[in-house]
Formats: sequence, structure tokens, C-alpha cells
Amino acid sequence: MFSWFYIEGILILVGINVMIVLGLSLLTGFTGLFSFGHAGFMAIGAYVAVTCTMQLDVPFYLAILIGGIAAMIASLFIGYFTLNLKGDYFCIATLGFGEAIRLILDNMTIVGGARGLPGIPLDTTLVNVIVIDIIGIMAMAYLIKSRHGRNMIAIREEELASQAIGINVFRYKMESLAISALYAGIGGALWAHYVGFIQPLMFQLTKSTEMTIMVIFGGLGSITGSVVGAFILTFLPELLRELANWRLVFYGAAVIAIMIARPQGMLGGIEITDMFRWIKRTVTGENRRAKAAAEADKEAKTELPGEGGGES
Amino acid sequence: MSVFLQQLINGLSIGSIYALMAVGYSLVYSILNFSNFAHGGVIMLGAYFGLYALNLLSLPFMGALVVAAFAAGLVAVGLEKIAYSPLRKRNAPSLYFIISAMGASIFLENFVVATIGPTFKTYPEIFSTTPITFGAISVSRIDILMFVIAAISLAILVFIIEKTKVGLAIRACSYSARGSNLMGVNVNRIIFVIFLLGGMLAGVAGMLFGMKYTVYPQIGVITNKSFIAAVFGGLGSLPGAVVGSILLGLIETISAGYIASQYRDLIAFSLLIIVLVVKPSGLMGKITEDKA
Repeated sequence: MFSWFYIEGILILVGINVMIVLGLSLLTGFTGLFSFGHAGFMAIGAYVAVTCTMQLDVPFYLAILIGGIAAMIASLFIGYFTLNLKGDYFCIATLGFGEAIRLILDNMTIVGGARGLPGIPLDTTLVNVIVIDIIGIMAMAYLIKSRHGRNMIAIREEELASQAIGINVFRYKMESLAISALYAGIGGALWAHYVGFIQPLMFQLTKSTEMTIMVIFGGLGSITGSVVGAFILTFLPELLRELANWRLVFYGAAVIAIMIARPQGMLGGIEITDMFRWIKRTVTGENRRAKAAAEADKEAKTELPGEGGGES
Repeated sequence: MSVFLQQLINGLSIGSIYALMAVGYSLVYSILNFSNFAHGGVIMLGAYFGLYALNLLSLPFMGALVVAAFAAGLVAVGLEKIAYSPLRKRNAPSLYFIISAMGASIFLENFVVATIGPTFKTYPEIFSTTPITFGAISVSRIDILMFVIAAISLAILVFIIEKTKVGLAIRACSYSARGSNLMGVNVNRIIFVIFLLGGMLAGVAGMLFGMKYTVYPQIGVITNKSFIAAVFGGLGSLPGAVVGSILLGLIETISAGYIASQYRDLIAFSLLIIVLVVKPSGLMGKITEDKA
């Protein structure tokens, strides 16, 4: 039923989405900022990279990097003006940005305008997507463990408090947005070189929403969750293909169900390394000992006479 | 000059429809403090309800309008019960509401695609399409109708908000939902009323919009622009939503008339960003303070 060619295609799409979702995860899951404009960054990455490979004969990997950096520069520009906005307003501004980018591309006849740009060399293969994904995941894991990542998490938890202890909130938000845009730009560039055809309609608001939903589904504040989220939500529509028009109905209903039932997502705040650690502790018996110690501690406390007894 | 007047009239007519939609965003924002992105879906359903009320129930125009309004209002209320009310009980952050709303909007749009189909549908011709001419300016009957009905609906809304007891409670809740609750206002019922009112206006807007253009499942996208209008005027402020909508309608038609029609949406979205950067609270937005 599924040929390898078909599965390989989906896996490439998974890899591309992993890249974009990772970037968005840094912004949404770790810094606590929502963006509905990531399709705009993807579009910039895609169009710049395609121009590089098609017009200027730049090698594939370099072109993708240039695409990502172009998206990053755009994010610095938009972030400079909008990152000071509070709450919803930042997310609305990114929505405006994403749509504006799409509409500008619609009117740019050099890159095909609304009709799109065909004949892009199909350079994205499963191997180079996996390579780029691994680099992306390692870099992200390193970043989050670093001082920068911890500052971003502090901003997510309590913006005012982190400002009070001397974290430059604006700077770290900007960093987060820029890196996020870099990932989105690279993802967009990979996508363009996989599909072989780009048009502004591919980068609509729904694309941004789709990516945000993947991040939330996988779990906020978890790299593993983002990868798993991208994996499942890219495969799911393919598996539901027989349902034809109904699959997006289920998709929408599933999003609401997740927000109601488990808003932190599947793996909110949990990483795969935590599981390894847990398994290791179970094997060495450390978990059992810790549990026993905790229970002994509890018993010791309840045995204490007097104190607090009168409250009941 | 006549071109300008012509565009002015077109702008007022489209702006009044934006106002009907934008008011729905603002009503919800004023109390729940989140942007209800599922509103577009309700507007789209309103257009379909109106169409079927005319075609299947063969109601007269006003009857169909009332049916569309009430049906859309009920959808909005149902949506609140299913998608937002559980989040409200848990005091979830507003971002969860937004995501839930996005899910609801995907659901509604694709539900219509799956059941009715993605094809474009047109309303039957109720009013003659020959425009009324005043000298060099010609105005289509539907444009006049849109403006008049929008004005009446908004007048009724203003009456409810300003003169009735429910309206007083709504205003109190938008000032402080918690405080009004302590004073004995049933906040849940107020939220019900908010969604009902917003949904009914969405139904009216959807039907009028469908009559002017066509009906299709992606109509909700248009409402992004009414959302811009709501931000432009100041989210959470009803007069702001109306003024913002009329201004957006005028800016759109005038830029389409004098610059180029394909830049119309670009100008609208750029305007959104500029307004947010220069004055995030919009023209008449309510002042929100950061929690300490």
C-alpha cells in the first residue's frame, strides 16, 4: 500500500517540519512568545535560497544557510519594533507581518508573483534533511542548556521578575526570535527545494498556525516534544487521507480537545534525556531508594506530635 | 471628484460590514481578553444560514436575516460552551484560548467543506442589480442596504449596551469581571450574552457579505481584515471597532481606486503593524496594565 517513495516523501516533510517546529518551540515553548508569522520567515528563507540556487548558482547548503540568515535579518527588523508589545499584541503583529510578506511576494513579478516560481532544483533529499535536523537539534539542546536558554525560560516563567534580577528581557526575546526565524528560514528553503515549486499561497496564515499547533501538540518547553509533535502531525493527515475532506475537521476538533484535556501538550517540559535518566535510576535501584527515603521522611513527619494538630 | 465620492461611498458600505464583524471581536476581547479567531467561522456559517433560509425555507429577506442572525448566535454560544468554557474554568492563559479558537476555526471551515462542499454559491437575486445614479455617481442597492442594516444593527447593540441592565453588567464586566462577580453579576450569563450578540451580528454580516459577493467556506479569511479594524480602533472598545472599520473600509477603497487594487490588502496589513508599533492600544483602546 505505501511505497518507499511515498514514505520517503513524508519523512522528508517530517524533517522539514521538525526544523521549523524546533525554531518555533524556542520562541513559544521556551520564551513564551506566540508567533503567527512564521510562514513569513519560511517564505523569506525559501525565496532567498531559491534565488541563490537558480540565479546565482550558489551551492545548495550555502544557499539554505543564506535563506535562513535572510529570515533572521527580517526577524531582527520586525522584532526591534514589536517585541516591546505586551501579550496578544505581539502575536497580532506577527500575524500582520506574515500576511504582509505574502502579499509583497504576490506583487513581486521578479520571483513569479502570485503565479509562483517553478523549476527549482530538487536538492532536498532524506539524507541532507536528516543531517540538517541533527545539527539543528544538537544546537538547540546546547542553546537551551546554556545561560541564554535559561534566561529565556526565566522570561517565560515571569517576565517582571526576570527583569528585576537583571535579565535584559528585550535582548533575550530578540535572540529567541532571531534564532527561531533562522530555523524557519532554513526549513522554508528546504521545503522549496523539495517541492520544486513555490508560490505565495503556500505561506498563508494557516501554515503558521499549523506549525504552532505542532509545537503545542508535542508539548511546550520540550525539544523531544517538538520533534514528536512534528512527526505525528505530519504523518497523521497522510494516514487519515481516506477520510478525505473530513480529516481537517478531525484535526480542528483534536486541537480543541488537546487544549481542554492536556494543554501542556503530550510531552510538556519532558525531554527524552529525562527518560534515559529515569531508566538508569530505575535500573540501579536509585528510584526505589529515593521513594523509600521520601516515605520514611513522611512517616517521621506524621509521627511528630502536637504541631499543627489543632487545625483540623 | 466623482471618483473620490464613489470610492467614499463604497468605502462606507464595506466599512460598515467590517464594523459588524469587528464589534464581535471587540465584545469578546473586552471581557475575556483574547482574540476570538473562530469569529470568522461564525460569519461564514451566517452566510450559509442566510442562503439556506432563503432557498430552502423560502423566507422573505428580513426573515432570512433574522434566522441567519439567531443561528449564528447559537453557533457562537455553542462554541463558547465547548471550546472556551473549560479553559475559563481553569483560568488558562489567553494563548490557550487563541489556539483553541484557531482549532475551532479550522473545524468550522472544513466542516462546511466536508458537508456542503468547497464550491462557490451565490445568493438569489432579491434586489434589482441596477444601480441608483446620482449625477456621476452610481450606488448599487445592495451597498445602500448593507449600510442601512449595519447602522440599524449597531444602533440596537449600542442601545443594549448603554441603556439596559444587561448592558450595564457587560460594561461592568469589561472593567473588571472579578469585581462585578463579587457585586452579584452572573459573569457566565454575561459571557453567554456577549457571544450571542457577537454571533448575531456575525450572522447579519455574513449574510450581507454573501449577498454582495459570493458564499464559500474560506469567507472567514476576509474577517482577518475586520480583526485588523478592531485592532486599529483599539481592541475591546466598541466605538473604536466601528471607527476603525469605517476608516479601514475608506483606506482600502481609496487606495484601490488611486494606487492599485492588488496593494489593497498589503496596505491593510502594513497599517496593522504601524498602528501596533505607534499606538498599540489603537485609536480608542482600553488601557491595560501589566500585572505586578
